[in-house]
Amino acid sequence: MRGLPPVLITTIVLVAGFAACAMQFPNIASTRVVGNLLTDNAFLGIVAVGMTFVIISGGIDLSVGSVIGFTTVFVALAIERWGVPPLIAFVAILALSAAFGAAMGAVIHVFDLPPFIVTLAGMFLARGASFLLSTESVPITAPVYSTVSDFALRMPGGGRLTAIAIIMLVIVIGGALLLHLTRFGANVYALGGSRATASLMGVAVGKMTVKIYMLSSLLAGIAGIVFSFYTSAGYSLSAVGVELDTIAAVVIGGTLLTGGQGSVIGTFLGVLIQGMIQTYINFDGTLSSWWTKIATGVLLFAFIALQQALVALARRPAAKREGAAT
Amino acid sequence: MQNSLDPAAPLLEVRGISKSFGAVHALQEVDFTLRAGEIHALLGENGAGKSTLIKVVTGVFPRDAGIVRIGGEEIAPRSAKAALAAGIATVYQEVNLLPNLSVAQNLFLDRQPMRFGIVREGEMRRRAKALLADFGLDIDVAAPLGSYSVAIQHVTAIARAVDLSARVLILDEPTASLDRHEVEILFRIMRQLAKRGIGIVFVSHFLDQVYEISHRITVLRNGRLVGERETASLPRLELIRLMLGRELAETTSARASAGEHKAREVCVSFENFGKAGYVAPFNLELRHGEVVGLAGLLGSGRTETARLVFGAERADRGQARVEGAPVRLQSPRDGVRHGFGYCPEERKTEGIVAELTVRENIVLALQAKRGLHRPLSRREQDEIARRYVKMLDIRPADPERPVGLLSGGNQQKVLLARWLATSPRLLVLDEPTRGIDVGAHAEIIRLIRELCDDGLSLLVISSELDEIVTYSDRVVVLRDRAHIEELAGEAIDVGNILAAIAADSVAVALEAHT
Ligand SMILES: Nc1ncnc2c1ncn2[C@@H]1O[C@H](COP(=O)(O)OP(=O)(O)OP(=O)(O)O)[C@@H](O)[C@H]1O
Ligand SMILES: [Mg+2]
Repeated sequence: MRGLPPVLITTIVLVAGFAACAMQFPNIASTRVVGNLLTDNAFLGIVAVGMTFVIISGGIDLSVGSVIGFTTVFVALAIERWGVPPLIAFVAILALSAAFGAAMGAVIHVFDLPPFIVTLAGMFLARGASFLLSTESVPITAPVYSTVSDFALRMPGGGRLTAIAIIMLVIVIGGALLLHLTRFGANVYALGGSRATASLMGVAVGKMTVKIYMLSSLLAGIAGIVFSFYTSAGYSLSAVGVELDTIAAVVIGGTLLTGGQGSVIGTFLGVLIQGMIQTYINFDGTLSSWWTKIATGVLLFAFIALQQALVALARRPAAKREGAAT
Repeated sequence: MQNSLDPAAPLLEVRGISKSFGAVHALQEVDFTLRAGEIHALLGENGAGKSTLIKVVTGVFPRDAGIVRIGGEEIAPRSAKAALAAGIATVYQEVNLLPNLSVAQNLFLDRQPMRFGIVREGEMRRRAKALLADFGLDIDVAAPLGSYSVAIQHVTAIARAVDLSARVLILDEPTASLDRHEVEILFRIMRQLAKRGIGIVFVSHFLDQVYEISHRITVLRNGRLVGERETASLPRLELIRLMLGRELAETTSARASAGEHKAREVCVSFENFGKAGYVAPFNLELRHGEVVGLAGLLGSGRTETARLVFGAERADRGQARVEGAPVRLQSPRDGVRHGFGYCPEERKTEGIVAELTVRENIVLALQAKRGLHRPLSRREQDEIARRYVKMLDIRPADPERPVGLLSGGNQQKVLLARWLATSPRLLVLDEPTRGIDVGAHAEIIRLIRELCDDGLSLLVISSELDEIVTYSDRVVVLRDRAHIEELAGEAIDVGNILAAIAADSVAVALEAHT
């Protein structure tokens, strides 16, 4: 119910857009293309889930792109140079990124600083740290990587649902359950409504803030690992600007940029819309890939305008409701 | 458990609490004692420190000095959550709920019924419905709280606090946006809770309610304790003297005779004015220097009428005239251009800009009226702000203080000043005396009369029938979003208004609330 109308609109945009693409290029409507779309956007889908929590809680996390970049470099070096078993490297980087997010959350809460500033600092920090580790691309040749890359479920119609796409889908579903069905999720919405009020109502605002940014960074870490599977390399310049694509996906998915409303499912649809535009441009072949950015920009603008209109409508006096109560 | 309690033993003891905000001493060595099973009124003028005391005790503000004991045990909560864990549930003065969450989520935030780590949504809604039914509300608990009126939001906040079943329940001006019927329900519930041994702290500026419900009274003045008395043995005049530190000037009904106003020109008129599904079409005439009161139950269409008249809501039929000339009223801007002012009931969401100073808030509407290309000079602004701070006795008398830091009642006064500063021809006041102390209350009523003598027309909404009767030249009674009767001259008295409200039968009034 919460945030349903915007999600509905996102769904309509996705379905209509997909239908239009399929009309022009009938091949698009195949499990093969859809499977690729999911694989190509797996890392984006994963960070976007974390970003949804952050934005609904009234914050923003600009550091996720850098955390992904750092993760790829760290994982590549750990496995290839330092000889760490891949699984241990994964656990270590996830612990590290969770701690990084928790630290940002703590700073935001304790010093009452705008999340924008704190995570901007976090963005530079994480990016800088990955340059310190290595400035060149480090290929990963460990056997796990080829095993995982080769793994895929066959879908009818010849499409492949790859391991990383499955990871993304699991995280999207898990994120949706966490947000909509648990006490933690309800508190996220409460924080987005008003931090001061939530605190007066007995919500442990500080702990919540720490946990939310921890979740976002943790998911960025997972996205980084997925990204390293996707590219089979670690590179300090990878995923530059991904935080902005992520925010765009979240907003197109109907989450209010000012917090308090939104859904994980909407975000997932937002990611799919971006993927769909990219796919269309690939099919067309004559368009520059920058058209993805332009189309995303236009959509974003349309969605923000729409949300403002909806918010303005919601602000109107409670005439109908009060009537219902009498 | 109740038997083991010595009824006279203090449940909550506050000793020597002090709190300063910079140079402002909001509390100085205040003591407060609450017994189990008693309803204790905490009284004082606007800015006396009542809300601050509550926030210090519940750990929202850190305290400078003093101790708090509950059941003999010293506590030092550092957040509302910790206070709750210690057994103190509070409804703060600002309605503290989240408009973006559903009613049910608001009632059960952070304490939802769970199974396997998952919120049991159905169970939660069922309980929410049952809880609100105790308060006579039957609403869709899955809808966002923000889609309901302030009164319903307030009842929800109270219901939440009551359901927390703490040992101490603190209600800071809980009745400020409730009407009689809801107040009765609240009082019934408060009495039940007190019987179960819960101690209740009750803040209010309605002295009638204080005498009706409380056992004892503690009075604060300028951040100091001035006394603690048994309600039964404290005459009202004595109480007022304790609160104000002086006698209250008599307020007399200064109503002009009906004949005198007939002679005056019509200032603003509305013919067949209305909006489908909002307020049924009505005719309304306001003469220069006349006060028209709007009376009715909550949700009867009073605020809706005010919004239509001001242009905050667009009428879909009828004609408005100013000094006889037809005008368009499509937006608040139009209203302001024609010299209308509107002081809304929801001061937090519709009026006050908390971050701006008192001065900036006061000149806001005047500046908007003059247009941005004719800015008021700083000298003029200072002058205006000083005048109204003095006139309305806004405390602290510092025009450069952010309004958000003022006490609730003083914020209300700033809002009033904003509209007075525009020298309007018609001023619409929605519950102007809500949350305002007895002293300022009398002052505002006097001011209303004075303004009228200067030719201003006033449309005043109030649930205080005594008050409406004192200053209105005519009273329009509303029910079910329609104007049903107009009383004038000698016909204006509380009995007649009540009779009109309940005209069909009492059942109508009751039905409207269950
Ligand atoms: N956060 C704050 N910062 C600075 N000053 C404050 C703050 N909160 C309250 N004050 C000041 O403390 C004094 C006491 O305010 P308080 O809100 O306790 O009054 P009150 O008795 O509750 O009044 P009212 O009846 O109007 O609600 C006032 O002078 C107010 O301006
Ligand atoms: Mg107060």
